[in-house]
Amino acid sequence: MAMLSFEKKYRVRGGTLIGGDLFDFWVGPFYVGFFGVLTAFFASIGTALIVYGAAIGGTWNLWQINIAPPDLSYGLALAPLKQGGLWQIITICATGAFVSWALREVEICRKLGIGLHVPVAFGFAIFAYVTLEIIRPFLLGAWGHGFPYGIISHLDWVSNVGYQYLHFHYNPAHMLAITLFFTCALALAMHGGLVLSATNPPKGEAVKTAEHENSFFRDHIGYSIGTLGIHRLGLFLALGAVFFSAVCIVISGPFWTRGWPEWWNWWLDLPIWSDPRG
Amino acid sequence: MKLSATTLTASLLVTVIAVLLIIPMMLQWERPPMDSTQWGSRGLGMEHIVNPRLAEKLKEKNVLPTPDDPVPNDGKLVKDDHENYKNVQVLGDLDTAQFNRLMGAITLWVAPQDGDNAGCAYCHNTDNMASDEKYTKVVARRMLQMTRTINSTYKTHVAETGVTCYTCHRGMPVPANIWFTNPGPKQAGGFAASRQGQNVAHEPIPAFAALPYDPLTPLLSKPGENIRIVATTALPEGTGGDVRKTETTYALMMHMSTALGVNCTFCHNTRAFSNWQQSRPQRVTAWHGIQMVRDLNANYLGSLANVFPPNRKGPDGDVAKLDCATCHQGVNKPLYGFSMAKSYPELSVPNP
Repeated sequence: MAMLSFEKKYRVRGGTLIGGDLFDFWVGPFYVGFFGVLTAFFASIGTALIVYGAAIGGTWNLWQINIAPPDLSYGLALAPLKQGGLWQIITICATGAFVSWALREVEICRKLGIGLHVPVAFGFAIFAYVTLEIIRPFLLGAWGHGFPYGIISHLDWVSNVGYQYLHFHYNPAHMLAITLFFTCALALAMHGGLVLSATNPPKGEAVKTAEHENSFFRDHIGYSIGTLGIHRLGLFLALGAVFFSAVCIVISGPFWTRGWPEWWNWWLDLPIWSDPRG
Repeated sequence: MKLSATTLTASLLVTVIAVLLIIPMMLQWERPPMDSTQWGSRGLGMEHIVNPRLAEKLKEKNVLPTPDDPVPNDGKLVKDDHENYKNVQVLGDLDTAQFNRLMGAITLWVAPQDGDNAGCAYCHNTDNMASDEKYTKVVARRMLQMTRTINSTYKTHVAETGVTCYTCHRGMPVPANIWFTNPGPKQAGGFAASRQGQNVAHEPIPAFAALPYDPLTPLLSKPGENIRIVATTALPEGTGGDVRKTETTYALMMHMSTALGVNCTFCHNTRAFSNWQQSRPQRVTAWHGIQMVRDLNANYLGSLANVFPPNRKGPDGDVAKLDCATCHQGVNKPLYGFSMAKSYPELSVPNP
């Protein structure tokens, strides 16, 4: 991966959050930085612990490897390594690695003098993870409420936790999150399709412009959000989806303990309805 | 930016409506701290989160009366005292002292209210206690047989705890949780002629979901109907389930969960609902409960079809029936597992 001729221009010193010049260099194409080192530190310890957990877990079947949180009886205390302590340390490592990765993005943004949109967006994903593994268990009073690390096992957790509220599709924040995820996919498909259509004219014709793209949607639905606007919309939809995913799980348990269909009775109990049965 | 008066008024109106809607929506949320119980191995998510403040309210609703003190036998059986006891068809083998103690208890359990038609008079013509002229007495007799059947042949469900009249009645002549076949709201004609038995708001049986609102008539009123919907073979064979049957089963399960104040994982590991090896032992108890409820509805309450007056029957003319909530009333062990039947052993004798 040779460096491109103009790339050097962007490799400037400074912009670091802490540590000054410490680790302010590149390895091949990658910027290192203090938070790059921290990411590598947390990620390698966490991965090693996952491998250790798999080694003592009784199976090397990738689908079935399972590193579970402690029993609820441990509450918010530390658990012995083989009874959920591993899960606790791995959770710390994962959170540390994710946050360091985001801060490394911040440092790169500062070097380039660009906005912090990428690390902020990544921050939403971290927020969703932290909500599941730290905030919600903390609100419920036991680390055992977190999901286990394993391909099948975390799906079993999702299924059982969903059915604790009888019918999770009635969770209002889950509804919003799903809607935003689907809309996000719709927007991305339309945007990708539009750009490819403008850049792939019939043989022999010149590539079309952004005005062609705008005209397509104006003709089609009477409005074009524009070349910058579509990216604002995309970011909004994606971050909204992740945000309401986090909301939908943090309200399940700490702020609502019954079936989710029953939550909607606030609407049915409004004093504006007549009793249909008279 | 300059806003016109119309725009301002409109946005003000929308804001007011939004606030009016948000207030009742926000008022119902619960808050930590919560109590939680683990039902499966760690990390499996089989657990139960309970709001201790709601649990306290439920406890207040499930208070048990103190059983009457035991009384010494009179040494005389009811069936031998023709002078004082006539037309005693079920409890004739009781000592007269136990008989009177039980009658007193039943009055407190079922019709303790004051008035001309309450207390003893809820079932008896007090001038002629032996008379069957009040239908309530005929019903009560059948219910005594039912109680004995529950306590003697359905130990697989009620264990040694057993039930008494109070388990369902709670001091009310008609238990709070009974059900009739639900014909649903009146429909318009044409394309709107049928709602396929579902999508009715505010139906407590499917726990307020849009699922079928009467899963009880097909699945709990008589023995036989298969509740299981998951295929027993790897690939579907024949014409087994369909979406409607699946949703009817789901609705019944919603009823069972809310009736017991639990969630699906009380019995099932939801990764494989139908698999008994992965289920909790509580599922076996529940299975026997289903068989019991079907038997009681068909053979005990069903046998009273000609006894109940029309005003005690449902919109389709069927008798009142029981479901899980009739006894459980929001608690997985009715009355928190306290056994009152032990204080009244005559309620656990097998029927002849």
